[in-house]
Amino acid sequence: MTAAAQINGFAIDAQNLTRRFGSFIAVDHITFDVKTGEVFGFLGANGAGKTTAIKMLVGLLAPSEGVAHVAGFDVHSQREQIRRNIGYMSQRFSLYADLTVRENIRLYGGIYGLPPAHIEERTKLMLDTLGLATNADDLVGKLPLGWKQKLAFSVALLHEPKIVFLDEPTGGVDPITRRQFWELIYAAAARGTTVFVTTHYMDEAEYCDRISIMVDGKIAALGTPTELKERFGADSVDDVFVRLARGAKKGEAA
Amino acid sequence: MNLNALRAFVVKELHHILRDRQTLTVLLMMPLVQVILFGYALRSDVRDIRMAIVDPTPDNATLELQSRFLSTMRFRIVATGQSTDIIEPLFRRDKADVALVFDPDFASHLRGTEPARLLIAIDASDPNTGTTYLNYTRAVIQAYQAELSAGSNQVRIVTETRMRFNPTLESVNLFVPGLIALVLVLVSALMTAISLSREKERGTMEVLLVSPLRPQQIIVGKVLPYLVLAFANVLTALLAAWAVFHVPFRGSVVLLLLESILYTLVSLALGVLVAAKTASQRAAMLTAMLATMLPNALLSGMIFPIASMPRWLLPVTYVVPARWFIVIARGIMLKGVGLGILWRETLVLSAMALLLLVAAMRSFKPRME
Amino acid sequence: MQTLRYLLRKEFLQVFRDRMMVTQLLLMPIIQLLLLGNAATFEVKTSRMYVVDRDHSETSRGLIDRMQASRRFNVVGASPSMDVANDWMLRRKTDVILSIPADLERDIVRTRNGAIQLVLNAEDGAAAGVTQSYAAQIIGAYANELGAELMPKVSGHPIEVRARGWYNPDLDYRDYMVPGILVQLVTVVGTLMAAMNIVREKELGTLDQLSVTPLSQSTFMAAKLIPFWVIALVELTLGLLVARFVFHVPMLGSIALVFGAAAVYLIAALGIGLFISTLVDTQQQAMFVTFFIIMVYLLMSGLFTPVRSMPDWAQWMAQFNPVKHFIEIMRAVLLKGATPRDVARPIGILAVFGVVALTLAIREYGRRIG
Repeated sequence: MTAAAQINGFAIDAQNLTRRFGSFIAVDHITFDVKTGEVFGFLGANGAGKTTAIKMLVGLLAPSEGVAHVAGFDVHSQREQIRRNIGYMSQRFSLYADLTVRENIRLYGGIYGLPPAHIEERTKLMLDTLGLATNADDLVGKLPLGWKQKLAFSVALLHEPKIVFLDEPTGGVDPITRRQFWELIYAAAARGTTVFVTTHYMDEAEYCDRISIMVDGKIAALGTPTELKERFGADSVDDVFVRLARGAKKGEAA
Repeated sequence: MNLNALRAFVVKELHHILRDRQTLTVLLMMPLVQVILFGYALRSDVRDIRMAIVDPTPDNATLELQSRFLSTMRFRIVATGQSTDIIEPLFRRDKADVALVFDPDFASHLRGTEPARLLIAIDASDPNTGTTYLNYTRAVIQAYQAELSAGSNQVRIVTETRMRFNPTLESVNLFVPGLIALVLVLVSALMTAISLSREKERGTMEVLLVSPLRPQQIIVGKVLPYLVLAFANVLTALLAAWAVFHVPFRGSVVLLLLESILYTLVSLALGVLVAAKTASQRAAMLTAMLATMLPNALLSGMIFPIASMPRWLLPVTYVVPARWFIVIARGIMLKGVGLGILWRETLVLSAMALLLLVAAMRSFKPRME
Repeated sequence: MQTLRYLLRKEFLQVFRDRMMVTQLLLMPIIQLLLLGNAATFEVKTSRMYVVDRDHSETSRGLIDRMQASRRFNVVGASPSMDVANDWMLRRKTDVILSIPADLERDIVRTRNGAIQLVLNAEDGAAAGVTQSYAAQIIGAYANELGAELMPKVSGHPIEVRARGWYNPDLDYRDYMVPGILVQLVTVVGTLMAAMNIVREKELGTLDQLSVTPLSQSTFMAAKLIPFWVIALVELTLGLLVARFVFHVPMLGSIALVFGAAAVYLIAALGIGLFISTLVDTQQQAMFVTFFIIMVYLLMSGLFTPVRSMPDWAQWMAQFNPVKHFIEIMRAVLLKGATPRDVARPIGILAVFGVVALTLAIREYGRRIG
C-alpha cells in the first residue's frame, strides 16, 4: 500500500478518516486523495472540520477511525517519518515573536537537522526573496502581519518538505499580500512541493488545481474548480460553496 | 460614572472566575487545605531527643543518670560508647542530637569531694533547637543533682512563669494567624496579577482601555470579584482555625473580618500593580511570587520575632503588609483587644491600600503612543 | 545533539531577551537573601521589662539590677500596680512583667526560698520562650549569689557540667538559615520558570509547530531543562558567595559536593516544574499548581520549624519533599563538613525524584502531542 501510494503518485490519500470528540463527530468518514505536486484546496465554513482534518494528517490528532497516508506513510504508525517529510503552518501564528527573523530561521533549520552552511545559504536566499534582508535582525513580533505570514510559510518550506500543509494562511491579510502569498505557493508547487491549503476565501479556491468542499464534517464536493462550477451550474466557486453550505446544519457561513 | 458599564464588566469577571470550575475549586480549597495542613505540621516543640552516651567506666552512678534521661520519655539513647570518637559521625549523619560524655572518674568523684565532670555536646547547627536540647538535658541533670544535695542550704528563687495570651505556648495559636495572613496575601496578589497580565498578553486589555470604562472602573471590576473570593477564603480559614485547632477568638469577630477585607484589598492592589509593571504573565507571576512569599513569611513576625531582627531591617518590615495584619489578628484572636489598641496598624493598612490602589490606577491610564 | 544546540540557543535567547526578567531572576533572589538572611533569627537581643516591685528591698533591687545589667532586659517602666503593667502589655509597650511580692527578702532570709512572678507576652511564642530562658538564667545565677552571701562555706555542686555546642558554638542563627533560604529562593525561581515554560508555548501556539517537526521528546525536554538548570546553578553560586562573604557562613565541607548535590537536586526541582507544565493548559493553572506545591515544600522543608517536631504523618510526607532533602544536605555539608558517604542517602533520594519527574514529564508531553 505504502509503495503503491507513491507509485500511484499520491502525496496524500485518506479513506473514511473520522474524528470524534465525545459524541460530536468533527470529521465524518472523509475519503480523498491529493496528487504529488498538486495545489489542493480544502474549503469549508468555520467549524466544518477543516482544522481537525489537517491536524490528523500532520499527526497532531489521532484519527478515531479510517486510514490515511501522507507522503506514503501511515498516520497511525509512522508519524516520525511523516514529520520529516512535511511542513506545517498552523492557523495561529507559529513563529517565536520574541526571536528575530534570522534566529527563527536558524532554529527551524536546526530542528530539521540542516547543516549550518546550508541554513546560512537558505536564510540569505529567503530574506532576499521576501524582501526582508534589512529586517533580518528585527524581532518577528514587530513585523506586520502579512510579512509574518510569508515568513512563516517560507520557514515551513525550509527543509524542502514533500508536502506543505497550510491552515488558513491568509486570514486577516490584505489583498495585495494575499496575491504575493499565492505567488509563493505557486513557486513552491513549481519546485514539486505538494500544497494542501485550507481557506474560506473562495477567490483563492480558483487558484487551486483541485478543491474539496467540506460541510458538516463530510466532503460535499471534490474536483477541479471548473468541474465543480459545471456540475453545479454556477458562475464561481463562491456560488458552489453557498449552495452546498445552505444545506449545512452546523456551518455558520450561510 | 458609568455604572452600567461597570456592572457589565464585573459580571464578565465573575463569569471568567465561575466558568473555570477547576481553578475556582483550587482557589477556594487551597487556603483551607494549607491552613489545616500547616496548622498541624508547623510546630517548634521538641518531643524526641536522640542521645549518645560516652561512658568510659560504666558504673551504677552513670547508669542511674542515664535512666533518669530515659524516664523523661523525651530522651532516647541511640548509641553508647567508650570514646568521644563516636560523636562526630553520629552528628554528621544526623543520627544523634545530644551526646553526654562522662569523665572517666565521674563515679568515684561523685562519691568523693572532687567535682564529678560531665560534658554535654549538642549538635548546635540549628541553634534554636540546639538550645532547647541543652536546656532539657540540663534540667534532668539539675533535678538529679538537687536530689543528691537535698538538705544542703541552697537559696532557691521559684519563678512562677505565666505565658500571657497563650499559656501553653501552643504552636497552632501562634502560627494560624500568621498562616492566614500569608495564604491570603499570596492568593490575592497572585490572582489579580495573573488575571490582569493575561488580559494584557492576549490584547483584550487594549479593548477594555478604549472602551468607555475608566481605568478606575477596570481596576474595581478586576478587584471586586476577587475580593469576594478572598473573603470566602478568610471565612473558611478562620472557621478551620476555630473548629479544627480551637484557636481562641477573644475579640470581635466582626472587627477581624473587616480587618481581613482591608488586608485583602492591600494584597489585591499589590497584584494589580505587579501586573501593570510587568510585560508578561511569566514575569508578573515571578514577581508576585518572589515579592510575596518569602518576605511575608520571614519579615512579618509570623515565624521569626520582629524584635530579633537587626535595627536597620525594621523599616523594611514596615512595607510588608502581613507584618501589620499579624499584629491585628493576634491582637483580636489571642488578646481580645479592639481598635482602641490596634488603630495604628489599621491606619497603616488603610494607607497602604489607598496608596497601592491609586498607584495601580495610574499605571493603567491608557497611554497615547 | 546538533538539534539540541539549536534549541538551547533559542531558549537562552528567549530568556535573556526579556531584560526585566533576567534582572529579576538574578538580582531579586540575592537581594532577598541579604534581607531575609538577617531577619531569620530567634535570638532576642533586648526585651522590654516592666517591673512591679512590692518588696522594695535590697534583694528585689539586686534582682532588677542584674536584669538590667545583663543587657538582655531593659526596664521601661515600674509601678506597684499589676493592672498598669497588664495594660502596658496589652498595648505592646512591654514584653515582660517582673512581679516581686512584698516579702521576697524576708522569705529568703527565713526559709531560703522565695517566689517571684514572670509574665511574658506569649503572643509571639518564639520570642517568649527565648526571653524566658534568659530570665531563668539570670534568676538562677542571682539565687546562687545570694546563697553564697548567706552561707559562704556551703559545699559546691557535686556535678560540674560543661556544655559545648558543636558546629555553631556562637549559636548564630544565620549560619543555619542562610543556606536554607538560598535553597528556597533557587527552588522558587527554577520550578516556576520551568512550570511556566512549556505551557506558555502551548498558549502561544508554537508548541503545535514544534510537534509536527521530527524533534524527539527527550531532546525537547533536555532543551527545556538545561537553560533553567544553568541559570539556577549560577544563582546558587551567587548566593553561596553572598553566604560566604556577607554572612560568613562556615563552609566546612567540600564545595564540589554541594554543587554535585545541587546538580542532582535541580534536575528534580525543574523536572517537577516541567511535569506541571506539560500537565496543564494555561499559564494560570501552571502558576496555581506550582504555587501550592512550592508553599508545601517551603513550610514543610524544615526551613522554619524542625521536621522532627512535626507529627508523624507530616514527617512521612516530608520524605517526598525534595527541598527538605537538599536543605539537609546543604546544612550538613556546609556546617558539619559531611562527606559524600554521610549524605549519600538524601542524594540518592533526590536522584530518584529527578528520574521520576523527568520521565513523567517526557511521557506526559509525548501523550499530549499524540
